[in-house]
Amino acid sequence: MIRGRGAALSASDCGAGLRAGAGVVRMGQLRRAWAGYAGLPDFRGGGQLLTQYVLRRLIATIPILLGVTIVVFMFLHLIPGDPARVILGERATPEALEQVREQLGLNDPLYLQYLRFIGRLLKGDLGRSIVSNTRVSHELATRFPATIELAVAAMIIATLVGVPAGIISATRQYSVFDHISMFVALLGVSMPIFWLGLMLIWVFALELRWFPMSARLDVTIDLQTITGLFVLDSILTGNLAALKDSLAHLVLPGFALGTIPMAIIARMTRSSMLEVMRQDYIRTAHSKGLAERTVIIKHALKNALIPVVTVMGLQFGFLLGGAVMTETIFSWPGVGRLAFDAIMNRDFPVLQGSILLISCVFVFINLVVDVAYAYLDPRIHYD
Amino acid sequence: MYRRGALTVAGIVLVLFLIAGVGSAQSPRYGGTLVFARGADSVSLDPINVTDGESLIVTRQIFDGLLQYNEKNTSVEPALAVSWTVSKDEKVWTFKLRQGVKFHDGTPFNAEAVKFNFERWKDPKNPYHQGAFEYYSYMFVQGETDLIKSVDVVDEYTVRFVLERPLAPFLANLAMTPFAIASPAAIKKYGADVGNHPVGTGPFKFVKWDHGDKIVLERNDAYWGGKPYLDKIIFRSIPDNSARFMELQAGSIDIMDGMSPDDVKIAERDKALKVILRPSFNVGYMSMHMEKKPFNDIRVRKAIAHAINKPAIIKAFFAGLAEVAKNPMPPSLWGYNDKVKDYEYDPAKARKLLAEAGYPNGFETTLWAMPVPRPYMQQPQKIAEAIQADLAAVGIKAKIVSYDWATYLDKIAYGEHDMCLIGWIGDNGDPDNFIYVLFSGSNAVPGRASNYSFYKNPKVDDLLVKAQTVSDIATRTKLYEEAQQIIHDDCPWVPLVHSTPPLCAKKEVVGYIPHPTGSESFRKVWINR
Repeated sequence: MIRGRGAALSASDCGAGLRAGAGVVRMGQLRRAWAGYAGLPDFRGGGQLLTQYVLRRLIATIPILLGVTIVVFMFLHLIPGDPARVILGERATPEALEQVREQLGLNDPLYLQYLRFIGRLLKGDLGRSIVSNTRVSHELATRFPATIELAVAAMIIATLVGVPAGIISATRQYSVFDHISMFVALLGVSMPIFWLGLMLIWVFALELRWFPMSARLDVTIDLQTITGLFVLDSILTGNLAALKDSLAHLVLPGFALGTIPMAIIARMTRSSMLEVMRQDYIRTAHSKGLAERTVIIKHALKNALIPVVTVMGLQFGFLLGGAVMTETIFSWPGVGRLAFDAIMNRDFPVLQGSILLISCVFVFINLVVDVAYAYLDPRIHYD
Repeated sequence: MYRRGALTVAGIVLVLFLIAGVGSAQSPRYGGTLVFARGADSVSLDPINVTDGESLIVTRQIFDGLLQYNEKNTSVEPALAVSWTVSKDEKVWTFKLRQGVKFHDGTPFNAEAVKFNFERWKDPKNPYHQGAFEYYSYMFVQGETDLIKSVDVVDEYTVRFVLERPLAPFLANLAMTPFAIASPAAIKKYGADVGNHPVGTGPFKFVKWDHGDKIVLERNDAYWGGKPYLDKIIFRSIPDNSARFMELQAGSIDIMDGMSPDDVKIAERDKALKVILRPSFNVGYMSMHMEKKPFNDIRVRKAIAHAINKPAIIKAFFAGLAEVAKNPMPPSLWGYNDKVKDYEYDPAKARKLLAEAGYPNGFETTLWAMPVPRPYMQQPQKIAEAIQADLAAVGIKAKIVSYDWATYLDKIAYGEHDMCLIGWIGDNGDPDNFIYVLFSGSNAVPGRASNYSFYKNPKVDDLLVKAQTVSDIATRTKLYEEAQQIIHDDCPWVPLVHSTPPLCAKKEVVGYIPHPTGSESFRKVWINR
């Protein structure tokens, strides 16, 4: 799930996001209808049931994760190119090739390689990079916080802009604002990130000098790392300079990465709001003489945001997979670039580790989204 | 005329004086941090276990070898060894070591440390032999034989190497950045993780490494070669070429490599910046498979050499930042034969040669092109298209073929190509490292060939083997010059280009001399601000 390799992929990602979002809504409606006919009890407040549901869902992830390991393992053996030769490049001699194959265990039968892979995995050992000889787990542990931080920043920016834009668009459907914001949203999902990123750097970093260009922290600032999340670390250590600087470093890449989720959230909020606004209870609220503002915020938004939360969760999952393009343009040392470099070098252990991590995160986020959805929408049946 | 000549000379002398005056007025200043930005992060800081330039340029600052290259070329100078002698049979080398040198962890440098490092590199059963040790096998292992039989401690500051057979490039090999002496205490302490904790004797000490972001080094005040000027060096990785260049324009970095040709033009106009060209240490070429028809005919090979417009290729795809190649090795190496006269671009002559060879209407063939940019050829596909057009102009219809990089290397090593683009990057600055690797008959074995033209000339083989066994540079120069002439006459390749990669720095960065090998010491670099 390496994302952001250009416009085409980003656009298809967002398409998938929208479709998935719509799917959930439809599924919600179905469940709602079915629950109504079957006369099932309301599960709201059923803490025990919720726990059971979560447990069931957790157990259900085990076969998914096992499947992921098989796919990750097989995939590497199906792509063309002898890894030993890629590693050695112009200088591969048969002896050296043999030595590398031996080192990697590439000469053993596949099932044996797989069992060994799983065995080590269970011990938390992801192996060592072929290229650098560093522990893959160490490599991931240093890179993943950078990705989390960037993803959170992107999500915050996307939500702060996307949700209000969607609400205003919906309440003033077909107004100038609606047209402009939906056009910008379309632009947001289709703009190539590398272009946008370079433009942001050029305008806001080089010409206006409002924000730093790249990296997570200025080279002159020292920060003691605890969690690897620089914003959190600077708060924990009371380092104000580092806090200010690391926040400033998050703005441009966070905005660049946030454009796609921002656009998706805006469109989702708009359509969901429009749907809710047509509901009877909103009409009732209006006829009670409530202020427009109260109707929108207290009555409509609460329900309209449920599918939006789902979309946000899925988008956040995508962002946590790392964003090769954004990380490349802004020299952000995250997992996306780690995985991308590993592909370029055919660094199998690093690639396997990154994909596993990204898959697990994705599965986990999906789980959280499902649970949150079940919690938020009391009509959903925990089954 | 005479008078004007004299005036010109006077003018030049005056200018030289002025330049010299400015130079001497500015004595180097201590202090400051240099931020060096490059496209990729280092792979590991264990120099013997890496082959990439991004790792070696950092380890060059942290470590020293027994020997080092001159700052401008590849002639060998003392480093941790101060002098050396060789036995009559050229198999036993004895090195006197520099005394009083300490590793950054405070442990002493001595003959034991040298022995410890070599044994770690040599012996797969050594407990600290963790990694691939590529360069050790490239330079010191031939077939199954380790050419270094033993490394013995004679006394605390004397170490003796016993070789299996004479090895002319021995000293040049020892000067390579990978053969750096690391602190044995650190290797024992960190084991397989020594690549994250480098401890050497070099001008700068390792401070920290944030993977994918930056590496920080600080000055080693006790450096045996004199105190370095810079307080700190920070190596940053900024993957995108344009973003890196904008950082330089904004002033947040001091020097960068890996410039896009378009940016070179912008930098030349920018008063705050200067472009520095790294001397070429590579060759990009087109190989013709001499065992296949019609390339077994020398007239066809020469026709192709005359058909290709090399200066146009360099102008179009290297922004002029490269030299036309006429020999298989770059001019920065000793032994380069400048008397060789290149096949000039002459399509008419090419057509005539083709007609003589029995192909008046040309023929159909394949031209293989690498799928990835290489330092000697950034745009192999486009260059292949240019060559395709040049060949079409003389009637040769070449189809461009490409595979993924690993398959490509595999297939050309088996000789499956007709013509292919490929190149070579030097390791140790010894002509043997180019000419023997690329032309000896022993490297023309299908499956493991590095002689992709499958060129076999017993006379050249004799010259090359002879050049390997004498250590006198003058004699070896003659042998290599002769070999280059014969190779030129046989025309197994079309040598295309020696690229000179550009770096860009702020004007206030002084004393930065890029080395052809790609890793230069920053000891004498200083910042004039």
